Amino acid sequence: MNFVLTEERKMLQDTLRRYLRDKYTTSVRNDILNSEMGMSADIWAELAELGVLGALFTEDQGGYGGDGFDIAVVFKELGRAGVVEPVLDSALMGGRLLAAAGKADMVEDVIAGTLQLAVAHGEPGGRYDLDYVLTQADGDALTGRKAVVMNAESANHLIVSARNGDGIAFYLVARDAPGVDIQGYPLLAGGRAAEVTLDKAPGIPLGLGLAEYERINALALVAISAEALGAMESATALTKDYLMTRKQFGRPIGTFQALAHRMSDVLIELEQVRSAVINAAGNLDASDRDLHLSATKNLIGRAGRLVAEEAIQMHGGIAMTQEYELAHIAKRIIMADHRFGDTDYHLERFIALSAA
Amino acid sequence: MDLSYSPEELAFQDELRRFLRDELPAEIAEKVRQGRELEKADMERWHAILNARGWLAQNWPRAFGGAEWSAVQRHIYDVEAAAAGAPRIVPFGLSMLGPVLQKFGSKAQQDHWLPRILDGSDWWCQGYSEPGAGSDLASLKTRAVRDGDHYIVNGQKTWTTLGQHANMIFCLVRTDPEVKQQEGISFLLIDMNTPGVEVRPIILLDGSPEVNEVWFTDVRVPAENLVGEENKGWTYAKYLLTHERTGLGGIGASQAALAAVKRVARAETHNGKPLMQNPHFAARVAQVEIDMRAMATSNLRIVSQAAAGGAPGLEASMLKVKGSVIRQEINDLARRAVGPYAMPFASEAVEGANDLIPDPLGAGPVAAQYFNNRKLSIFGGSNEIQRGIIAKVTLGGGA
Repeated sequence: MNFVLTEERKMLQDTLRRYLRDKYTTSVRNDILNSEMGMSADIWAELAELGVLGALFTEDQGGYGGDGFDIAVVFKELGRAGVVEPVLDSALMGGRLLAAAGKADMVEDVIAGTLQLAVAHGEPGGRYDLDYVLTQADGDALTGRKAVVMNAESANHLIVSARNGDGIAFYLVARDAPGVDIQGYPLLAGGRAAEVTLDKAPGIPLGLGLAEYERINALALVAISAEALGAMESATALTKDYLMTRKQFGRPIGTFQALAHRMSDVLIELEQVRSAVINAAGNLDASDRDLHLSATKNLIGRAGRLVAEEAIQMHGGIAMTQEYELAHIAKRIIMADHRFGDTDYHLERFIALSAA
Repeated sequence: MDLSYSPEELAFQDELRRFLRDELPAEIAEKVRQGRELEKADMERWHAILNARGWLAQNWPRAFGGAEWSAVQRHIYDVEAAAAGAPRIVPFGLSMLGPVLQKFGSKAQQDHWLPRILDGSDWWCQGYSEPGAGSDLASLKTRAVRDGDHYIVNGQKTWTTLGQHANMIFCLVRTDPEVKQQEGISFLLIDMNTPGVEVRPIILLDGSPEVNEVWFTDVRVPAENLVGEENKGWTYAKYLLTHERTGLGGIGASQAALAAVKRVARAETHNGKPLMQNPHFAARVAQVEIDMRAMATSNLRIVSQAAAGGAPGLEASMLKVKGSVIRQEINDLARRAVGPYAMPFASEAVEGANDLIPDPLGAGPVAAQYFNNRKLSIFGGSNEIQRGIIAKVTLGGGA
């Protein structure tokens, strides 16, 4: 047993933390949130330059990481700073799907920060169910509708799931291909997504099925959990500072036992979350991987709600304002529950897998 | 003890349902159901419709033009109006200032201001909180200095709900900085069109422009706008807060919101079955509904007591805490119900921005509402302040 980060990962963490602390301030982020594309091309290029995108890929794939703990380190830092650029959807999920399909050239471009991707898997009415795919592949022509597709407008290519004669298969579709309609919109916690309609859109088969997708979905679960952890660390730090500086009734409000004890509960849950993320990241290759992942995501959902709501409540009105850092961080925490299965979804999956 | 409505109350319920069916404008009800922002004109229109029927000032005595409804009648209205999608009655003039003027205002103030609240001539907002005086309201610093037959007001108020629509603000101001905090506060009515008053919007985390900062720079206020006695404002404020809190159980709104959650969860599917049949989700819904049923009866018990002249302070605090927690739990269920479709941002702030926002279940901006309603446990005396009141009354220190 060893819970210390390797030298390389410690360096990655420190570099990324310093960069985001200097560059990704509340006002910079608010400008990005209000921008048409909902992301910053400059920030993206710099993340690539810092090696952050490369850390999400194995050496075989042209990167220098790619392990569960590499992913956890990167996303925890992105979560701490409330980064809205689509690292998870475009680089991690899109890139790793292409890596699994052996598209080495495209992976190289992803790592270099010059290729944007979107994963179009979920469909209206499918909720979080991974095998809910109604989109049809007739030969290589895809027809159907995809729901809440992250980064669709900025992507050069979409990776689209569809049913062919054999089951669920994945296809590469150019965003500007004929038959692709993209209706974009902003997201509550930043970034943009779209409803994507495919009408005989031409796709290139990637040779991937649901089993390969589930492996990438597992990486995404580690990433979103680590991101939520990072956001919870920030929410907790902001709250701690506020409790020690805000005075009412002539003393810092953190000296009131009612608040002090609740802050303690938040800190206790934060430790649970740290361990849960380690459990997920360290069991990506275990035979009971999905049991660990569901345990983590369920705990993150429960603890996240407690941390976000208590952070807002202990701040009071100030936390309700758009301008204040916590508002965005709290939204990141709560909205993480709506990605890759929520608290209830993973409770159910945990029960099913435990019984098996 | 009898839990059923009397024949008179049932008749009232029928009359009310007919009224809501015939008089509540469909386009306003639609906005309320979809969780879209109401314009000032929508709220004024609904007030005028209620006023024409004599039902706007529901808790005011008849002598002042009120409906003087019983606790049960108010409860029936609360439930029926919310179910029909009626807008909430804007409380600042009707539930807050009105009762204070009736109890502490001069005859001249009552004659002048109360009819203007009823007919919509004035839109009032509340000037209580300040950046440094939130939970510790008595530490407020906005200063009013007597100058002949005027007061000169300087300072800043914040969290002023719907202040952007208001032409009048009732304020707590410091008139004596030398004495104990609570004993140097006065209750002043200020025309917001007076030179030196500036309103700046605060955008909330869900994008809604519903609260404001109000700044006062050498604002001259006629001394006749002082309510009651100078330096007695804290007494009036406490009286007002009790009135404000009595409605905060929010039972009608919670019932309507839970009905909406069920409707959405019957349409949403998970593993090929309606989400409402999913045991985990159904259990969460049932748990809230069980709590809500008990709270509805608590609400009736407490409001009846208040009508009978009992002191509702402690119980009102309990109702505020429980009511806000229940409503927030329903908001949490609403966001869970729609799954990934909770993520799109339907902004109330940007006109026309929502046309592209997908809402396949017709649930409205449920995640935005989840965040917006975090305010329920913060404003009107935070739940921590309410728990403090409950503890103080129960464990010692007296009432």
